[in-house]
Amino acid sequence: MTTNDLVHFLVLVAALALTVPLLGRYMARVYEGTPQWIDRLALPLERVVYRLTGVDESAEQTWRGYATGVLAFSGISIVVLYAIERLQGHLPLNPGHVPGVLAPLSWNTAVSFVTNTNWQNYSGETTMSLLTQMVGLTVQNFVSAAVGISVAVALIRGLARARTRTLGNFWVDLTRTVTRVLLPLAAVAAVILALNGVIQDLGAPTVIHTLSGAHQTLPSGAVATQEAIKELGTNGGGPFNANSAHPFENPTAFTNLFETWLLLVIPFALAWTFGAMVRNRRQGLAILAAMTILWAGSALSAMALEAHGNPLLGPGVTQRASATVVGGNLTGKELRFGAAPSALFNASATATSTGSTDSTSDSYTSLGGGVLLVNMMLGEVSPGGVGSGLYGMLILAMLSVFIAGLMVGRTPEYLGKKVQAAEMKLVAVYILLVPFVALVATALALSLPSARAALTNHGAHGLTEMLYAFVSTSNNNGSAFAGLNGNTTFLNTLLGVCMLLGRFGLIVPTLAIAGSLGRKGRVPDSAGTLPTDTPLFATLLVGVTVIVVGLTYFPVLTLGPLVEHLVTHA
Amino acid sequence: MRRVLRTAALMLLAMTVLTGLAYPLVLTGVIDAALPGRAHGSLVRADGRVVGSALIAQPFLGPGGQPLPQYFQPRPSAVHYDAMASGGSNLGPSNPALLAATRRRVAAYRALNGLAPGTPVPSDAVTTSGSGLDPDISIANADLQAARVARARHLPLATVRGLIARATQPRWLGILGEPVVNVLELNVSLDRLTRR
Repeated sequence: MTTNDLVHFLVLVAALALTVPLLGRYMARVYEGTPQWIDRLALPLERVVYRLTGVDESAEQTWRGYATGVLAFSGISIVVLYAIERLQGHLPLNPGHVPGVLAPLSWNTAVSFVTNTNWQNYSGETTMSLLTQMVGLTVQNFVSAAVGISVAVALIRGLARARTRTLGNFWVDLTRTVTRVLLPLAAVAAVILALNGVIQDLGAPTVIHTLSGAHQTLPSGAVATQEAIKELGTNGGGPFNANSAHPFENPTAFTNLFETWLLLVIPFALAWTFGAMVRNRRQGLAILAAMTILWAGSALSAMALEAHGNPLLGPGVTQRASATVVGGNLTGKELRFGAAPSALFNASATATSTGSTDSTSDSYTSLGGGVLLVNMMLGEVSPGGVGSGLYGMLILAMLSVFIAGLMVGRTPEYLGKKVQAAEMKLVAVYILLVPFVALVATALALSLPSARAALTNHGAHGLTEMLYAFVSTSNNNGSAFAGLNGNTTFLNTLLGVCMLLGRFGLIVPTLAIAGSLGRKGRVPDSAGTLPTDTPLFATLLVGVTVIVVGLTYFPVLTLGPLVEHLVTHA
Repeated sequence: MRRVLRTAALMLLAMTVLTGLAYPLVLTGVIDAALPGRAHGSLVRADGRVVGSALIAQPFLGPGGQPLPQYFQPRPSAVHYDAMASGGSNLGPSNPALLAATRRRVAAYRALNGLAPGTPVPSDAVTTSGSGLDPDISIANADLQAARVARARHLPLATVRGLIARATQPRWLGILGEPVVNVLELNVSLDRLTRR
């Protein structure tokens, strides 16, 4: 890695350090309903939404009511998005004259965008109409992110409150997330992106006569607006097949850094929001520290591995960086970003459950690609998707106090709430569900010759390709080793099922835990209480996260990236 | 249950209007008013006509698909520079197809530029990018092509080198990204010079 690569990393860290506390504090006020400057803009808009939908702003919901709202909203979203895709050929705003999408792909894409996964088994340029991109996909980029954040806020309330049955109002949390957090941030981000060359063009694709006399068609689209929310909402579904590697989505080294910041800022800030809402900033800092250690470790490893290059290309190819040579493993990477900053983007995207890629992960070095895979296997908590990262990390914090309690004979408590059998059963379901779904589905797909035919690469790399797809979808990431052609009836269906289970199979237990914790009273700290706001606890949390994952996935990682690495370097 | 579904449907409708219509349309208006022409693909003009986008690589190939020696060549593309089908090769680092393609490209690059066998070739010249539309090449790659282009256009090498220096984009604020040479802008400046 060159000095410049390190500077790139440090600029990002500094930008996050400046913005995360500000945004975290701001979001705490949003969800506590504290009056603030944005009321003048947001309140009139919100009143219209509540009047139209008949939502009583002041009514609170139990965890069941909250969960019912989440499921009903997401269910309707899947149905509507499916219908838009199927019918787009007959609907307006279709400048490219694309036909309706086939049923298996429509199902996969509808589930994918509603679950905040944004796995894409299609190429954006030629499959989706402008209408589908705007009122179908962009809408879900906003609301699926808002659903995740709302669930995290409900869990925070369960921890912050005592002796109550209610966790807030899902419809109000959803609306406020859109009007006060996502829309304002996305609007500013879209203008900054457009200023730097990202296109925002509602016309038809342009056909040009190139300098040497050939024809080339340049795509159009509402790209700046979609790109902004795609990163900010940790979605990842881009308008173009190459995703954030496409120069119209990500034209310069600056936009590349800016988009990396957009991926990370809300997931990290929510940890700060948590500290503010439980009135104990140090608790939030411990969570933030654990997330940061995991993220920085994986990002720096991926950067170093990709900057090192691919030894198999041989001595005839210069991969060592100099004043005139861009170094590193450049297959699948854009020159204007450089190898290490590309790896920083992809590591941040896989660590935030964002399916964005600014370089093709399939062509990463075996260990570099392995880092991306491990990021997703961690369960998307480093810092994870918007909302889902925080609730995942809080569940792991409860697992950590339980394990620590078993080791030293202390009562498992978190924030003065006793963690008992009822919660631990739900925690166990949460921890086991995703690895179970991902590994069983991978095994199933690999055992079918027709599914294996979808692979581009074979041997150990082919195993990784298939594993990556199911780990990505089950964890609602959406990042792909794009060599897998997942647009088959079998894979579309199975990947869709994995995304559904990985989203709502976790949200329901999370809300149940929130409800159960909210009902409990707070026990005063005693000599037997394990403090959860210390560096020791943050370290324990990192350890538990890594070990739980390590034990679950180590065998399959050995057969995939590790075998490939040993073969490459033999 | 029916009431919840009704609320959910109406909420989706409200959010669709807000985020699916108002957000992109209002911002398109704002962006066009504040930055006219900026967000329409960074089009490059030569002799009064649009010849491409500074952001999107285009092929410089003859009728038989052979590289035209009078133009600087962009990075190889896994999608034949088709801007409507962006993408990379997705070949893994140990895939024999990747290694064979790289060896082939190294040999072709040396032959095209008259380089001695064994001359190291910068990796951007023989690897496909993530988008297949990477508009830039490294300075080393441009320098190695300069002599061939100068010969094909009967220009002094120093002139071509000067144009490379002018088409070189430094790091963003001197710190971010990599210094690169924009191929289309370089080729447009060559055509302009030769025509005069």
